Amino acid sequence: MSSPAVSLTHRARKGRRELKNAIATTLIVGSFVIALIPLTLIVLYVIRAGSAVLSSGFLTEDLPFSNRREGGGMYPAIVGTLVITGTATAMAVPLGILGGIYLNEYGGKGVIARVVRFLADVMTGVPSIVMGLFIYTIWVLPRKQAGLSGFAGALALACLMLPIVIRTTEEILKVVPEDLREGSYALGSRKAQTIRTVVMPHAAPGVISGALLGVARVAGETAPLLFTIGIVTSPNWNVFDGPNTALPQQIYINAATFGGFDAAQDRAWGAALTLIGIVFLFTLVARLITAVYARRSAAV
Amino acid sequence: MATDAPALPKRLSKGSRPLGIITDRSFRVLALLAGLMVLVILALIAVYTTREALPWFREEGLGIFTDNWDPAHNDFGALGLIYGTMLVAGLAVLFSLPISVGIALFITDVAHPRIRRPIVYTVDLLAAIPSVVYGLWALLFLAEPLASIYQSLSDATASIPILNTLFANPSASGKSFMTAGIIVAIMITPIITSITREIFATVPPSQKEAALALGATRWEMIRGAVFPHSRSGMVAGTMIGLGRAMGETIAIALVIGASQRVSANILGPGDTLASVIANQFGEASGTHRAALIGCGVVLFAITILISMGARSLVVRAERQSVGTA
Repeated sequence: MSSPAVSLTHRARKGRRELKNAIATTLIVGSFVIALIPLTLIVLYVIRAGSAVLSSGFLTEDLPFSNRREGGGMYPAIVGTLVITGTATAMAVPLGILGGIYLNEYGGKGVIARVVRFLADVMTGVPSIVMGLFIYTIWVLPRKQAGLSGFAGALALACLMLPIVIRTTEEILKVVPEDLREGSYALGSRKAQTIRTVVMPHAAPGVISGALLGVARVAGETAPLLFTIGIVTSPNWNVFDGPNTALPQQIYINAATFGGFDAAQDRAWGAALTLIGIVFLFTLVARLITAVYARRSAAV
Repeated sequence: MATDAPALPKRLSKGSRPLGIITDRSFRVLALLAGLMVLVILALIAVYTTREALPWFREEGLGIFTDNWDPAHNDFGALGLIYGTMLVAGLAVLFSLPISVGIALFITDVAHPRIRRPIVYTVDLLAAIPSVVYGLWALLFLAEPLASIYQSLSDATASIPILNTLFANPSASGKSFMTAGIIVAIMITPIITSITREIFATVPPSQKEAALALGATRWEMIRGAVFPHSRSGMVAGTMIGLGRAMGETIAIALVIGASQRVSANILGPGDTLASVIANQFGEASGTHRAALIGCGVVLFAITILISMGARSLVVRAERQSVGTA
């Protein structure tokens, strides 16, 4: 409390202090307004440019054979995004929830738990492109061309999701009241039983919403898919066999098309709107679950 | 928990004792293994990527620290890429930090409690927009107007020393270090905001109230009570943002141009470790591919170090705030 020289006796100073305060307040409010500008611009622009392209054909037709051609739709990329993200979720969410359970219910403040918690935080900072390279070296390379599949991309996305799910699960479990656990122990149930029948049902909505936020986070990832999924122009529902495609990948490829080819740019905007729609849906559902959950626990 | 209570006795009676012990232990082990996956994956990343990058380290030797990146002549010096990564991340943090701290203060100390949640959600929306969409928007919407601003900035500073090098040779397409820095600044704002906000929220209300009771204005209260208490947390938040910025790939790959040299012209084209991988991996083979994977290893090492440093600061800051509360 030494830096601001506060002198209450000097009237003249008061005006200057209040002026400084007003300037600071303006800057603070202004910074929020500045952050709103790109958000509004991006959302409006994507909606405007995307909706001009979006039609039922865009959502249901196959991709053109080359992105230098006109026409075609995004159906295979939508299928790819859904199956790849779905597979990643199926791998990362159960594992992440188990890891979160370990951290909160078993590990506590022990050395192993502290190390795992620290590394999970560090792992959230690993760049997504490094995850892509990792899956490329460990999974795609040994299998040559057959390695390029939706599953390889799902592995990379799962690696990105895992630490997020672990940490959010732990945070949710932290706020489950201790009384519930003790009540269950008092009735003679074991720890695993207590976790399964008392702790998890109580924490479920929070855990699910955390997992959905993780899904939303990785559904828009492009970098991990660049060298893992290959590319196709017709839908491939089979994640394990054959190359695949995804919305973020299509946006990237079409945006990067040399010379600003109009049809490719339009396709990129349409795919961007579709992708944002999917991500937004996940986020919205997660928020709804959290809101309902908050109301329910407030009632208790 | 009225909904869960009735289910309890019924389920509990089912567990037979000896079986209970086994599932109890195996569940604990299962959970532990899941937690340890984090460690395993991090170790595997280090081993596998380094192994594939070895040909690059062997062939180039210390040559990896030159800025001569020329796939046509099999030269792969990564200095220009490391420099580009640092420069873009530095610019991004420079632009984003004041804004993020401002938003965090707005949320914790200025805005009415009722609108705090909606503001948090709004800022978080920035994090929900995929990287590639930022890149697309920056490439097709932002780059053109920026190019003309760059040109006039460069003309205006042509006779001022230092600035005339910094702003020389502006990119005509708008693809440059600066454009990449601006777009990444927008992308890391939600993360720096959320970390500094959480740190600001741990400032004991008694200290803030004491400052106000002594007649401090809100700004004096922030300077006198909030900032000193949050210093290490703000540094940690900045570092986490820096790490994110360095790992950012696709948005940068679309708007940075392609020049793998060390250049002081921040309005001109460049490249970063992550963006060069994204842009060149498709047509790479042999040493070129090993070099790109090597760039990933270098990036991994840098970001791991930064985020380890940042996380230990966060842990320390949390311990501190527990101590004072």
